[in-house]
Amino acid sequence: MHFTLRIWRQKNAQDQGHFETYEVHDISPDASFLEMLDVLNERLLKEGKDPVAFDHDCREGICGSCGIFINGRAHGPLRNITTCRLYMRHFQDGETITIEPFRAKPFPVIKDLVVDRSALDRIIQRGGYISVNAGSAPDANAIPIPKPAADRAFDYATCIGCGACVAACKNASAMLFTAAKVSHLALLPQGQPERRERVKQMVMQMDMEGFGHCSNTGACAVECPAKIPLTAIAQLQRDYIWANLTPDPYTR
Amino acid sequence: MSDVLTAPSPITTSPLSWREAGLLEQNRCPSGDLEKRWTRHKDNLRLVAPHNKRKLEVIVVGAGLAGASAAATLGELGYRVKVFVYHNSPRRAHSIAAQGGINAAKNYRNDGDSIWRLFYDTIKGGDFRARESNVYRLAEVSVKIIDHCVAQGIPFAREYGGYLDTRSFGGAQLMRTFYARGQTGQQLLLGAYAALQRQVAQGNVQVFYNYDVLDIVVEEGKARGIIARNLITGELHRVAAHAVVLGTGGYGNAYYLSTNAKLSNATAIWRAHRRGAYFGNPSFVQIHPTCIPQSGDYQSKLTLMSESLRNDGRVWVPRTPGDKRPPQSIPESERWYYLEEWYPSFGNLVPRDIASRAAKRVCDMGYGVGPTGRAVYLDFSDAIKRWGREVIYQRYGNLFEMYEEITGESPWEVPMRIYPAVHYTMGGLWVDYNLMTTVEGLYAIGEANFSDHGANRLGASALMQGLADGYFILPYTIGDYLASQLFVKLSTDTTAFAETERQTQDRINRLLSAKGTHTVDEFHRELGKVLWDTCGLARNAQGLSQAYSEIRNLRERFWREVAVPGSGAEFNQNLEKALRVADFLELGELMVIDAYHREESCGCHLREEYQTEEGEALRNDDKYAYVAAWEWGGENEPPILHKEPLKFEFVKPSVRSYK
Ligand SMILES: Cc1cc2nc3c(=O)[nH]c(=O)nc-3n(C[C@H](O)[C@H](O)[C@H](O)COP(=O)(O)OP(=O)(O)OC[C@H]3O[C@@H](n4cnc5c(N)ncnc54)[C@H](O)[C@@H]3O)c2cc1C
Ligand code: SF4
Ligand code: FES
Repeated sequence: MHFTLRIWRQKNAQDQGHFETYEVHDISPDASFLEMLDVLNERLLKEGKDPVAFDHDCREGICGSCGIFINGRAHGPLRNITTCRLYMRHFQDGETITIEPFRAKPFPVIKDLVVDRSALDRIIQRGGYISVNAGSAPDANAIPIPKPAADRAFDYATCIGCGACVAACKNASAMLFTAAKVSHLALLPQGQPERRERVKQMVMQMDMEGFGHCSNTGACAVECPAKIPLTAIAQLQRDYIWANLTPDPYTR
Repeated sequence: MSDVLTAPSPITTSPLSWREAGLLEQNRCPSGDLEKRWTRHKDNLRLVAPHNKRKLEVIVVGAGLAGASAAATLGELGYRVKVFVYHNSPRRAHSIAAQGGINAAKNYRNDGDSIWRLFYDTIKGGDFRARESNVYRLAEVSVKIIDHCVAQGIPFAREYGGYLDTRSFGGAQLMRTFYARGQTGQQLLLGAYAALQRQVAQGNVQVFYNYDVLDIVVEEGKARGIIARNLITGELHRVAAHAVVLGTGGYGNAYYLSTNAKLSNATAIWRAHRRGAYFGNPSFVQIHPTCIPQSGDYQSKLTLMSESLRNDGRVWVPRTPGDKRPPQSIPESERWYYLEEWYPSFGNLVPRDIASRAAKRVCDMGYGVGPTGRAVYLDFSDAIKRWGREVIYQRYGNLFEMYEEITGESPWEVPMRIYPAVHYTMGGLWVDYNLMTTVEGLYAIGEANFSDHGANRLGASALMQGLADGYFILPYTIGDYLASQLFVKLSTDTTAFAETERQTQDRINRLLSAKGTHTVDEFHRELGKVLWDTCGLARNAQGLSQAYSEIRNLRERFWREVAVPGSGAEFNQNLEKALRVADFLELGELMVIDAYHREESCGCHLREEYQTEEGEALRNDDKYAYVAAWEWGGENEPPILHKEPLKFEFVKPSVRSYK
């Protein structure tokens, strides 16, 4: 297959950035999108040119490293899939493909297609955990958890932290990401003691990082590779109201 | 160049060789009753008082299961911890990709499991090439891992009654594997990551992401810190600490194609090796039987299909070699379920090394399927009939989807095609019972050490080991050493730091100034091919000695002909890669030497000269019941072999039979 690639090139955070056009030939339809970029980079290297920087690692859709805005969509034209799991057979032969970094104010560009998503880690630091020290846990079967609750908690827990929800959102909201963690822990008995503080703190951090507000359009869930459902956001909103508006029985 | 430590001199034509030193007997393993060893050992370790812990700095390199769990726990204890990862977030470590599950001797199934049995299975699975003391301890703490992970909120699979579900896994006749659908590694890592973030919030741990650790600083025989490169700015930093912990994962990517994440590499452990840490059993590499076969030259990695699939999938090839009919139209009587036939008691669940070799054997015999003839079928039709689609979906839904996405074929309709691929390295830095390397104050945990799996690792045991090391072993043992470091004043303004930094800078400069015409990947692919062909599923003396000179040649060419554009003072992914491949090239040499020197077959290590008529491994316990711990011999000098004898006081090494 043959493609014309319009790729965003930006030397560093200070650079303005611009599109450059490249042609690639003889690409196998079974090559992944990242393997197609590998082929381009091998050629650029041989020509003594600067290869295109992009993030990747597992190439199986689980580490959340990859994240490219392709033809105007986070992770490309398919729904619910990471860039690394996109194959060239999903494109038309001869197509022009526009390739950009995830764009959002809280995700500054580092180089070309690589952005800094550490804001997401800082949201987790504000309470995306259960405070338990190693060594202090009771027997694992001491707390039975209904299977449906465990299964739903699992569904929310599968977020890979890729940031596609932010890139897909016109407000650059990190609501789906934050809600996935809040909902995962809200559904489990272990998550109850810190439930109120968690939702308050995580939402506060999200705002502080400069992520926008959620206007419930659901664009995020369309791209989310972990298929985090919008019910997560509903859960977060309920918990947030409850945590802020009802008195905490344990504080005087 | 004046720098003997980093500049490889022109290749010498000397043949493969090594020097032998004496026995390595000081491994700090306790003696006495097996069941009481760890408890008694803990009771004898020195302690550090809480107010003193705050004065002690620990560097943890890596935030996979091992590194993240260790760093979080050290933070909980009150140490000052600095974590370094080359990822842009600690949540992205390769551990995230583990699918199948984690073992623990909980015996929730009431099927007769016990610490002893998990211990025994692991020792036997490793083909009697691991230490009894370590493996028993691993089985012992496995139980606490599950407790802790559940308390962290990890959503393991559950039964309808609300209690934890388990399943069976290769190499075991019990159901002791806990799992979270096909994403167990992800869930466990996110648990450890969350614990780590909690410590960051509390100010006990600092995480330095986008940092590549390029060397270890050793002063007066003790680990004193690291040289780390900021991947965004290219700056080199000196960081000092009272102890350094490497949780940097395995080196399967030496083979270029493997199931490991693309960035996984050996640099930290290889640099530590060059600074005095012995390397244990470098040629013990696990080749996983169930991976998606390679489809083209552009291929950048191989994808694992979790071993758990062998619980319900049946492995077969057509009885007629070269049978090109679609698998569905091959009648039952013309299918050869070779694993079930050869190994009736374990069937499709034989350990990985055995399953991988069997696949190679049937393909070598001409029975292989698919366009290349290097694949066998893994068929779910019986399981779907027996359990129904819903149950199979619950168990393997995401794996089926992944398979279909990559190959364009649906496992609901046609059997999967699978072939072995490099997956895990049992070898790694040699550590004593305290997980300390031969450099004082330098520890290795998780896949980075050689530890507990002998010559073959059982499925679902790497996650167990990584978390055992990080949550429950290292936090105790490191205190014993740190207690002696309380009054050490840290400074990076020393000759050792300056010299190590200079050598790192030299290495970078040499790569940038080579200005050759071959890409890093070209060299890496070549190295991978040599290793796969000679140091993979089957090995022999002739192939290995030839591989040795090929790798030396390749290394020499690499430094002359590699193309690394750009500068060192910027974000330069190709430079990162070049530094890693440079180290793989050196490590590759040692792997080949190790495989050559071990004139027996055991576990993953099948020497064609030493096998039974049926192609099973022929161990030689009289000569080779030892850990090969290699010392760096110097630039272009042969490595030095230390043998740590393995004493079996509680189990009797037997011929490993899964028939
Ligand atoms: C596809 C796949 C599936 C698997 N499934 C299972 C399973 O089901 N059950 C099981 O038990 N095991 C499984 N394994 C094996 C298991 O996942 C690994 O052995 C284990 O996760 C390794 O963990 P680790 O913490 O030692 O290292 P890793 O998770 O590899 O982490 C390494 C860390 O070190 C950092 N690092 C490395 N070098 C440097 C450096 N020089 N500078 C800075 N940072 C550095 C990285 O950033 C990373 O944070 C699987 C492996 C693969 C490949
Ligand atoms: S919620 Fe989905 S899109 Fe957002 S970070 Fe998580 S996995 Fe990515
Ligand atoms: S590279 Fe890991 S999710 Fe794409």
